[in-house]
Amino acid sequence: MSNPFLHETDIPAWCPGCGNFAIREVLAEALAELELEPHQVLMCSGIGQAAKMPHYIRVNGFNGLHGRALPVALGTRAANPHLTCIVQSGDGDTYGEGGNHFLHNIRRNPNIAHFVHNNQVYGLTKGQASPTSDPGMRTAVQTDGVTSTPFNPLSLALTVGAGFVARGFSGARDHLREIMMAAIRFPGYALVDILQPCVSFNKMNTFAWYKERAEPIGPEHDVTSLEAARTLADKWGDHIPIGILYHVERPTFEDHILSRSVPSDPLVPFVPTTKAHLQDAFRI
Amino acid sequence: MTIRAIIGGAAGQGMDTLANTLARILAKHGYGVHASRDYMSRIRGGHNFSMIRAETSTPWSHTDTCNLLVCLDEQSYDVHLCALEPDGVFVYDPDQFQPSDQTQGVPLRMAALARESGGSIMANTVALGGCLALLDLPTEQAEAFLLEAFSDKEGVGEQNVQALRAGFSSIQRDPIVQDHPNPSTEAHIFLEGNQALGMSAAASGCTFFTAYPMTPATGVMTYLASVQGEGVIVEQAEDEIAAINATLGASYSGARAMTATSGGGFSLMVEGLSLAGMTETPAVIILAMRPGPATGFPTRTDQGDLAFVLGAGHGEFPRAVLSATRLEDAFYRLNKAFELADRFQIPVIFLSDQHFADTARTIPPYDFSALRTDRHLADESVQRPYARYRIGADGCSPRAVPGQLPGEVVLADSDEHDERGFIVEDAATRRAMMDKRMGKHNALRRFMEEPTYEGPESPDTLLVGWGSSYGSLREAREVLTNQGISVGHLHFADIWPLPTEKLDGLLPTAKKTFCVEANYGGQFANLVRQQTGHSFDHNVLRYDGRPFTSAYIVEEVKPHV
Repeated sequence: MSNPFLHETDIPAWCPGCGNFAIREVLAEALAELELEPHQVLMCSGIGQAAKMPHYIRVNGFNGLHGRALPVALGTRAANPHLTCIVQSGDGDTYGEGGNHFLHNIRRNPNIAHFVHNNQVYGLTKGQASPTSDPGMRTAVQTDGVTSTPFNPLSLALTVGAGFVARGFSGARDHLREIMMAAIRFPGYALVDILQPCVSFNKMNTFAWYKERAEPIGPEHDVTSLEAARTLADKWGDHIPIGILYHVERPTFEDHILSRSVPSDPLVPFVPTTKAHLQDAFRI
Repeated sequence: MTIRAIIGGAAGQGMDTLANTLARILAKHGYGVHASRDYMSRIRGGHNFSMIRAETSTPWSHTDTCNLLVCLDEQSYDVHLCALEPDGVFVYDPDQFQPSDQTQGVPLRMAALARESGGSIMANTVALGGCLALLDLPTEQAEAFLLEAFSDKEGVGEQNVQALRAGFSSIQRDPIVQDHPNPSTEAHIFLEGNQALGMSAAASGCTFFTAYPMTPATGVMTYLASVQGEGVIVEQAEDEIAAINATLGASYSGARAMTATSGGGFSLMVEGLSLAGMTETPAVIILAMRPGPATGFPTRTDQGDLAFVLGAGHGEFPRAVLSATRLEDAFYRLNKAFELADRFQIPVIFLSDQHFADTARTIPPYDFSALRTDRHLADESVQRPYARYRIGADGCSPRAVPGQLPGEVVLADSDEHDERGFIVEDAATRRAMMDKRMGKHNALRRFMEEPTYEGPESPDTLLVGWGSSYGSLREAREVLTNQGISVGHLHFADIWPLPTEKLDGLLPTAKKTFCVEANYGGQFANLVRQQTGHSFDHNVLRYDGRPFTSAYIVEEVKPHV
């Protein structure tokens, strides 16, 4: 059966074997399973291989600037909160160039499902270290190997107050689809850090490397426990937990703005004279 | 019947409240009022002052001299005594300092009388009472203002009324004015530039505003935040990069969206400006200029960002640049910025500055029915399959918003793209898309308004200005005309694309031409030369962070005519 979210004719410009292919297909399945239609979904992205997704998933798309997908998405939430909003970006895009937006949109809590394709390397610029690269990774720039401490997006998101924090793996498709659907359904900002191999530039964290280490979180985990979530978020190395670490709702950005005023429909003509009373405050 | 007051003090002494209340009382009594502020970049201490000029009809600018100087501290006396006119007076607190020359002095025990009324914090209210006595105005109006201002704090309003009366009745000398204008029968409003721009945005249907606070633009956000129940959503951004990108996101989704900043914040927005150009997303950006480079003079005025905004952004894309010339016009001019942004799907930069932002005047009420709100959006009849960048007349494509057309999606892209918004690499599409986008520039020219011109048909002397110097240039022309000089004043509100018809007519024929602007490099004069080939004989420049006065302009022009 054809999926309405997949363009039939376009072949994504990713390297053969790239984890992005699986993420794309799983996302299309998740959207279809949620019984959404393409015009009801809005996807924002920045720049990078992951950020090309609006070209390969048939939804409304704003493919903007490197690091800036989240603020664009925030603006769309204010203008039309009725659409389903997804942000698609990479590790450099989100945790490097867009770090400040990442922090502050967790605080704001807009209703956005944020899928970060984390391959621990810069692909589009051909193989430099990313904020999540493991120590010791040698590149043409990090010639002595990475010396900076890796950025832990899950721990940081939990610390700043994210209500939905999860990790997926492009090689665990059914598992990833369930996480994606939960993230899209979650009212508020939902971070899904998706481990994926970069077949061209990351020779350390290969598909097999992730496959051996990715371990689904069991049903015994309490997703409402911040302490338990933090413990899982700090695990890295031989055992990497994948699944939903934390799932607790709190008031959203949309709750706040809708309590102040209702966004007007751009298709309904606006009548300036209905605002003429504003100048009464300045009358002498 | 002319009042020129300077009220000086340290930050935190309540000088703004005093000046604002006095200005409103003068307006209530039939005066046309012009009130401007000169303040330092600090929360406490330093030296700040307000200038209030009140006449029968609303003055166009402030003056350098005063006939009433209110010294809330000794520094105000030291700084401004030289500005006091021979028949003027200064008010001081004899418990605070002893002026070296007391002949024009009016002692007023502000702190002591305030303490007797309930607290020394009300010294500014005592001073207000003293001002009313010196200006031969009754206290009733001020009492009503004070009771209203403190209506939520029990007893404080009454204490302030007591302080006001104490200040009023302790003035021993005759008033400095003998008569007042007849109370006006026409309605007036009294507001400052940032408020006028904020109100224009709300009345233009702007439903999303986001910004990072930055002087002198912050007042626009403060105003819009105060009217959020009117349908505008205000969100404080984490930085200016977020502000411009969120503005574009909201606009892409169908909102009329705006942001406001000053030069440093605009620097951070420049990448996003280019994104607006490429994605053809309407956006209005208010840039309230202050002197740079870098942090510069945070609380002072300048017109030094003109050249910057004309070229800001990597790559080539069409844009419009408009400016705030005066309160009477800026309300409608900002509405035009929204209209141009929507019609041409471009970023529009609206240049304000600290002088415009912080200056309040009494003006006739605005006509809200004159505002335009056509969104230029696609309707159901749009060609299917929908293509966001379909090549059409004047480079403008049918703009649908996400979710508007069931079965269709809207794809915007910062990469070079085809008509549907998909990434391309081929030369032919690139050429077609560049031609499409840049084609808007020529279409945009038709919407640029020629500058206003005041003066004889063929003036000997021509003064040209743009932006907030309108008022001081207008007064300078009157002064020079009264001295028998044939002088005209050409003033630009719409700046880019530059309207050139009147320039072509007047610049080559006037004997002496002056370009008046608040920057070092003569940026507008350079623009005129680049666009028309005409040069000015003289540049009248000001780059000390202070606004032009008519006296400053006359002094610069006189030696050459």
